[in-house]
Amino acid sequence: MALVVVNDLHKSFGDLEVLKGIDLEIEAGEVVSIIGRSGSGKSTFLRCLNQLEHHDWGTIHLADQRLDGGAMSPGELSQNVGMVFQSFNLFPHKTVIENVMLAPVVVKQTPRAEARQVAEQMLDKVGMLEKIDAYPGQLSGGQQQRVAIARALAMQPKVLLCDEVTSALDPELVGEVLHVLESLAAEGMTLILVTHEMKFARDVSHRVVFMHHGHIHEAGDPQTLFTQPKTSELSQFIASIL
Amino acid sequence: MTDFTLWDIVRNLLLAGRWTVVLSLIAFAGGAFVGLMLTLLRMGGLWPIRWLVRLYVDLFQGTPLLMQLFLAYFGAAVLGFDISAWTAASVALTLFTSAFLCDIWRGCVEAVPSGQWQAARVLGLNYLQSMRHVILPQALRLAVPPTVGFSVQVIKGTALASVIGFVELTKAGTMLNNAAFAPFTIFALVALGYFILCYPLSRYARYLERKLYGAGSR
Ligand SMILES: Nc1ncnc2c1ncn2[C@@H]1O[C@H](COP(=O)(O)OP(=O)(O)O)[C@@H](O)[C@H]1O
Ligand SMILES: [Mg+2]
Repeated sequence: MALVVVNDLHKSFGDLEVLKGIDLEIEAGEVVSIIGRSGSGKSTFLRCLNQLEHHDWGTIHLADQRLDGGAMSPGELSQNVGMVFQSFNLFPHKTVIENVMLAPVVVKQTPRAEARQVAEQMLDKVGMLEKIDAYPGQLSGGQQQRVAIARALAMQPKVLLCDEVTSALDPELVGEVLHVLESLAAEGMTLILVTHEMKFARDVSHRVVFMHHGHIHEAGDPQTLFTQPKTSELSQFIASIL
Repeated sequence: MTDFTLWDIVRNLLLAGRWTVVLSLIAFAGGAFVGLMLTLLRMGGLWPIRWLVRLYVDLFQGTPLLMQLFLAYFGAAVLGFDISAWTAASVALTLFTSAFLCDIWRGCVEAVPSGQWQAARVLGLNYLQSMRHVILPQALRLAVPPTVGFSVQVIKGTALASVIGFVELTKAGTMLNNAAFAPFTIFALVALGYFILCYPLSRYARYLERKLYGAGSR
């Protein structure tokens, strides 16, 4: 069975129905890019996957375990689903290593020495080992986002959610973050990314999902999806971003 | 009537000034403790609790401190508690201070960007863990200048305790004046006493504020 199974997910904000029945299955090790116009519900979908938002209807299973509806505590959730935000959200009063160690120590109650070891390993993975004692304010946007990725990985989640993680970056810093994601993908990490980087979506992901008005309008392997879109909405979207 | 030298007056005012300082410290320490508890309840409690804390804050902010002192002192007597002016003044000033600090600190907690809560939450931290490790340390940095600034109000507020017979700087001035009839000298000295206590704090608060906002965000 798939690692992530989403079944008939609905979510409204007041009268505004943002997700109108999402079904999606994602295999372990799969890299899925979600594309679509602004306001189509991409972020809301990701935020339901780690229960930052509570959906109104439908179920989410992860590794055959129910994840939604209060079935998992925040502590359990964080060890299943990690998340990286567009705006990094590093803790500005903590150094890089403290940012990465906080959750393992506080939530998982990992002994500090062990937590430090894991944190260093994750920072090494994102190429930020030399900046261990810097504060976030002393880092570039790209460096901060790499630390944010290491911080999410330190909880050893089964899936990593990335919501437009390069959108807040200066163009010359986008590459270093995408490079880290690419290496995670190569290691077999399961990634669900909302992205506007079409080249990345095409080259790195195994599957691309096009969201439109709260539905999955079209989905498939990147080559076919980008070169032979089946629906006019997707063709228009592709035309609008090229 | 004996003659008072200037030194007699100053000496007596200094002696009474001690109690202004002690009462200020009690009010501030007690107010900070109660205020912190109230802030936590107001930010994270169930809605009836949040509502009660708001009512408490509004009551103390919306009534004169003088009335609060009267109510604490005479109200306790009506209810059959025989409490000293010391106790009444300490309790009233502590509650008054806690209400204002709760409001100041709530503002500081709310000034921490919501992305910090979300980051803490997706890392698995619960409410208290998020508060303790992520939100409060950042709110604290923002809170220091207005808190130091408010301590000036507490010191000046202790002057009102004179009306329930608590002998601090103001009350001592009144009593000395009754004996020595030198109102201008005496009350100028009393005012100078408050100024000496308050001015360094106001200056320090302004310095902290400049340091916090002037240096830009890290
Ligand atoms: N917390 C919220 N409250 C009310 N409306 C929201 C909230 N979050 C998102 N929305 C609305 O839901 C719609 C989808 O938003 P979002 O999921 O952020 O879209 P996307 O990420 O695809 O741009 C938008 O119209 C947005 O205004
Ligand atoms: Mg979005």
